[in-house]
Amino acid sequence: MNEQQQSLQDLQQIKQMMERSSRFISLSGLSGVAAGVCALVGAWFANNVILDNGGPSGYRAVMPKTFETESFMDFFGHKLFQIAVCTFFAALLLSFLFTYFRSKKNNIPMWGYSSKRLLINVAVPMVAGGIYLYRQMQFGNFGLIAPGCLIFYGLALVNASKYTLGEIRYLGYCQILLGIINCWYVGYGVYFWAAGFGLLHIIYGMVMWFRYEKNNEQS
Amino acid sequence: MNLIENLNKIFDSRIRLGIMSALVVNAQLNFNELKELLNITDGNLASHLKTLEDSSFVKVQKGFIGRKSNTTYSITKAGEKAFKTHLTALEKMIGTMK
Repeated sequence: MNEQQQSLQDLQQIKQMMERSSRFISLSGLSGVAAGVCALVGAWFANNVILDNGGPSGYRAVMPKTFETESFMDFFGHKLFQIAVCTFFAALLLSFLFTYFRSKKNNIPMWGYSSKRLLINVAVPMVAGGIYLYRQMQFGNFGLIAPGCLIFYGLALVNASKYTLGEIRYLGYCQILLGIINCWYVGYGVYFWAAGFGLLHIIYGMVMWFRYEKNNEQS
Repeated sequence: MNLIENLNKIFDSRIRLGIMSALVVNAQLNFNELKELLNITDGNLASHLKTLEDSSFVKVQKGFIGRKSNTTYSITKAGEKAFKTHLTALEKMIGTMK
């Protein structure tokens, strides 16, 4: 009996080590929910700014047509840009915190090679996409920025799914799909953003939390 | 008790079992990565790795990243086979419980 229990423990140990060594498994569902809430709040503020300036076609008039150095500074001083930056950092901070707590609880170091590998694989599509969208802005194609963000973010998530909990792949697919649809509804970017970065994150986060964290946080 | 004979003595140690589990799913890992995964000291890890190396379950590649030495470990064919046999033996042990 004793030997059998020993074997069972050995097998569990093997399984855990295989998982731990190949994927970053501390990513918390609550991080997704927090990021989603930030995105919704950000989108709400952004939408108010857009409506104050006369809707999607009106706010484009507020934006500089092309990027010369002077209008470039206008852009960084623009309210929408400031909202975006605040939203981004709030989401980053909160999602970092929830994942940090979880990795503390499970005694898995947060900054290891598995998280490094995850980060690199998220960063490659994101940085490439960021540079591409930056050039799009310079040419004044503001309408394609929001769909572009969704598509590149979705690709980054699909890429990341090999290095963390695999379900994130489906979040990625949904983001890509939403981004592609948005390409044909230019001007409604902020709603698609709210759906993609807000709602989808919250749904994904809740599903992950119920599946992995609610009961068996102890194991 | 034929079953116990199939359990490899080398894998009696949880740490060695852990090293093998990690190396089965990763093409190669370096010393620091293993140390972090297993949460043990340098000396402890080195001695367990030496045991695995001596029984030719693990092979060592010494290299450099810039000026820093970088020693990576990977599993050998023999190691993979021994690990699989050990896993099957463990499963059989549990199977007798019912």
